[in-house]
Amino acid sequence: MTGVTLQALLSHWWRNPLQLFTLLAGLALATALWSGVQAVNAEARASYDAAAATLGEGQFDRLQRRDGQPMDQQAFIDLRRAGWLVSPVVQGRFNGVRIIGIDLLTAPGSIGPVDLTGDVAIDAFLTGEGQLFANPEAAAQLPDLNVRISPETAPNTAVTDIGVAQRLLGKEGQIDSLIIAPNQPIGRPDLADIAPQLIRQQAQGGSDIGRLTDSFHLNLTAFGLLSFAVGIFIVNGAIGLAFEQRRPVVRTLRALGLPLRRLILLMGAELMLFALVAGAIGVALGYVIAALLLPDVAATLRGLYGADVAGNLQLRPVWWLSGLAIALGGTAIAASGALYGLSKMPLLAAAQPRALAMAAGRRAMIQGILAAMLIALSIVLMFTADGLIGGFALLGSLLIGAALALPLILDRVLAGASLTAKSVSAQWFWADTRQQLPGLSLALMALLLAMAANIGVSTMVSSFRLTFIDFLDQRLASELYVSTENASQTADLLAFAAPRVDEILPIQNADTEVAGQPTQVFGADDNRTYRENWTFLQSTADPWDTTFAGDSIVINEQLARRSALSISDTVTLQDTTFTIAGIYGDYGNPIGQAVISEAQFQRLYPDIAPTRFGLRMDPDAVADFVAAMEAEAGIPASQTINQAGIKAISLQVFERTFTVTTALNILTLAVAGFAILMSLLTLATMRIPQLAPAWAVGMTRRKLGQLELLRAVLLAVLTAIVALPLGLALAWALLAVVNVAAFGWKLPMFLFPFDYARLGLFALFAAALAAAWPAIRLSRTPPADLLKVFSNER
Amino acid sequence: MNAKVLLLCLLPFEATAQGFAGLGTSAEGFAVPKPNPAFDFPADHGAHPEYRIEWWYLTANLTAGDGTPYGLQWTLFRSALAPEAGEGWTAPQLWMGHAAVTTPDEHFVTERLARGGIGQAGVTAEPFEAWIDDWSLQGDWQTLQMNATGPDFGYDMTLSAEGPLVFHGDNGFSVKSAQGQASYYYSQPFFSITGTLQLPAGDVQVTGNAWLDREWSSQPLSDDQTGWDWFSLSFDDGNKLMGFRLQQTDGNNYTSATWITPDGKTTAFPDGAFQATPLETHTTAGRDIPVRWQVQLPDKDIDVTVSAINPDAFMTTTVPYWEGPVTVTGSHDGIGYLEMTGYE
Repeated sequence: MTGVTLQALLSHWWRNPLQLFTLLAGLALATALWSGVQAVNAEARASYDAAAATLGEGQFDRLQRRDGQPMDQQAFIDLRRAGWLVSPVVQGRFNGVRIIGIDLLTAPGSIGPVDLTGDVAIDAFLTGEGQLFANPEAAAQLPDLNVRISPETAPNTAVTDIGVAQRLLGKEGQIDSLIIAPNQPIGRPDLADIAPQLIRQQAQGGSDIGRLTDSFHLNLTAFGLLSFAVGIFIVNGAIGLAFEQRRPVVRTLRALGLPLRRLILLMGAELMLFALVAGAIGVALGYVIAALLLPDVAATLRGLYGADVAGNLQLRPVWWLSGLAIALGGTAIAASGALYGLSKMPLLAAAQPRALAMAAGRRAMIQGILAAMLIALSIVLMFTADGLIGGFALLGSLLIGAALALPLILDRVLAGASLTAKSVSAQWFWADTRQQLPGLSLALMALLLAMAANIGVSTMVSSFRLTFIDFLDQRLASELYVSTENASQTADLLAFAAPRVDEILPIQNADTEVAGQPTQVFGADDNRTYRENWTFLQSTADPWDTTFAGDSIVINEQLARRSALSISDTVTLQDTTFTIAGIYGDYGNPIGQAVISEAQFQRLYPDIAPTRFGLRMDPDAVADFVAAMEAEAGIPASQTINQAGIKAISLQVFERTFTVTTALNILTLAVAGFAILMSLLTLATMRIPQLAPAWAVGMTRRKLGQLELLRAVLLAVLTAIVALPLGLALAWALLAVVNVAAFGWKLPMFLFPFDYARLGLFALFAAALAAAWPAIRLSRTPPADLLKVFSNER
Repeated sequence: MNAKVLLLCLLPFEATAQGFAGLGTSAEGFAVPKPNPAFDFPADHGAHPEYRIEWWYLTANLTAGDGTPYGLQWTLFRSALAPEAGEGWTAPQLWMGHAAVTTPDEHFVTERLARGGIGQAGVTAEPFEAWIDDWSLQGDWQTLQMNATGPDFGYDMTLSAEGPLVFHGDNGFSVKSAQGQASYYYSQPFFSITGTLQLPAGDVQVTGNAWLDREWSSQPLSDDQTGWDWFSLSFDDGNKLMGFRLQQTDGNNYTSATWITPDGKTTAFPDGAFQATPLETHTTAGRDIPVRWQVQLPDKDIDVTVSAINPDAFMTTTVPYWEGPVTVTGSHDGIGYLEMTGYE
């Protein structure tokens, strides 16, 4: 019996291969986008973890110089000889690869993925023969060096002995940071007595990089989730349709005595099998997507945050499992309603195949109530949500509420439009479109979500780009930055530069606490650079006048938000009280920042001398200046940072980000277009009875086909109109709620009407493309088929 | 000897390769000890980078005001990857420091590792200073200052020499095997020592005797020797005995001993004269280790029982071994130090 039943059930798919394709393809696409994005995220995170483990960043406190510059190696010896168990680390880039030099003998525990208990010649590692450890990709970048392959090494990183690293990086006698061993001996003197120039940095629970890059991963995850939701809509549609069409089979089987329980089990098993097949295809596709995206993602992360991510993908078993699990779970969600309906169906219920389109009445009401509740919830959350969970709840309720509301909105709009129709054929067009709406609603919801996600994420990324470039202009206003190593070099620089540049801006800062938050305080000279370039989120009328006069202070947004400070509040630095005159955006900075006048700075922190200088000059003169400075003042180009170079790198990074975003945009739109195509194709056969009378009264098949195409485009236009505000709301929630909760700063939102128009056109194009084939098929329906409608009672 | 541990040795796998801690590896390229040495002091108190291994090894039996016995160890090992001093990070000299304090029921151990050539560790002959990190042993060998710290203990001691240097084997040429492996080996066993132990329970003022060994070589063990038991015993009558037993893979032992009179006169005893027999083992750190021994030197009418004051005095260092203070009873009474390696 079981075998026969299965045969009967499966024969449906045999007769409707397109439906089977829809089901499998929808599920596979959903799984592919989801698992592809997860794969990219997981790969990146694994890379950060490897990097953090390499440096012991996650586990151990570290010592660094206050100004972040390398320290003299003698500081390491002094600390060790005073009883501080510290281990030196030097790092830098060589041929683009991050070189990390460590001292194996003093390194606490096992830092670094290099396993030295293997067949490694320790003497070669220690005695300067230049042995490095790197994974194969990084090794390929270092062709002339003695590199040993060690796949566990963090991506784009080579670990080597500190002596070798110093030589390679030209940092002889220098150390970038000192790792502090967790178990220190008793009776050590205070750090301030031995190495007052060093500060202790607490170990991070996760790496700094990990936290910074979270925003990027958040975007990707949001994309993955939305794509999956879109896919589930497709699957739900396909399953619902198949169940409706199989009602006669079910009735016959039940009438033959098949127990309901077994029938449901068999149908469930059938779907699970499909889910496994589609899931496997999806994971494989996801792997392809991830492999294509990863190089761009890796490049973006490297440029934006300095995080090294492996450019090629490792196939991790956990993706297979999570991909299959999500496919099974999605199918279960999509099928549960259909199976439930089946279990409640009276034994001999009419076997009339009713497209789910026809049963929309009561469902529409429930859907409407649910949509209203979710949208109401999202409005409440817009004003109250202040954490990450609240932010995501806002995103979720907004998107699902809007998707559920879409068919109802479209129905109302179409009802309104039909009132304006003058001619009979127009009236028929509007009525028929309305009639079709329930059958297309799932596909349209998918299109809505895809467009909204595209608008939301593009707005966020573009806003981020504009803000960040603006911010770079503000912060890197000087054409050239030069750091000096000591007082005599500072004097040389000032003497050399004074007659040659427009202005010299000393940059000096002290690490301190303001209002309980760790903060870098900068001293700034009265200068047009600040007055012209810095923009404030909030400020008094003349923030720089009062600040340069020594009375006020300007602070960054992070500090303001964390300590709940606003304009005219006061803060205290070393017993001196300052009034807050301005709050400025400071994107990407994890800690507080504040600016006071140089005079006040000198008074409060007399021991800190500036070692960095911003030089204002003609941008075209920078190269000559650097060359002359190296030749005449002996300050090497390696101590300079060219502003144009930084900006070029930043822009490149954003281009990469856009590549990734665009790729994901196209993919989600493709999924939505596919949903429309499949819905139209499955509806096509059922629509013959509705179209036959129109044909019979004189409407040509060609005309019917044209109207079919027009209808799809019209529905897409209406959906796009709903998607625009939804996408903007989404962008707002990402920028103003999720970002603030995650990182402590709010990104200003910019609008990009041209982009939205182009996106709308893409969506229309996708809808038209999806509708083209069904329309052509319709226009070629043999008249005999149409005639049969009248001879056949169905 | 007191072949003591060795370094090389950062690599556990090397411990099984050749003898114990790589001490049986060949001396290729390194200088090799020759008979009839002519020592040159103070230069020879300093480092000999052309030899593979070397150590400055101090043990002390201490007593607190309340009569509680303590043991103390301060050791600096040098291990060379190549026979040259070198400078900077590429210097092929590696250093390892061990410090320990043993009480009747506790044993505090700590270890330091360092590269030569950068100033973190080293030994200079004149003025004499042996140091690694904040630990140091320095002075003119008449008086020495010594300190070490660990996560849970530390000490600060002053030593005064009350007798001459003592040369083992044939005037300091100490043979270690029938195949002729040997080292240069001398000691200063006549230090009186006083100072403060910093222990978790509080500071303790102590006084006692210390024994400082100096030894260097390039291949001190033959490749069939897997470990040793080393005794430094100070009898109540003022005589001292240094004896060691090298364990061989064939089940036999190679022994050697030096008898030291209160005025520093020495008598060297060849293989077989000195005998040490385990009487009782104790399980510590997952190993069965003899903690009571019968020690005999019939030529000097020595037949004593040597017992560990704390049977758990195991050194949980990169190269693990047992090292702790002992009491001596039997034909002669006294105190001393015992080191045992090669017990897996």
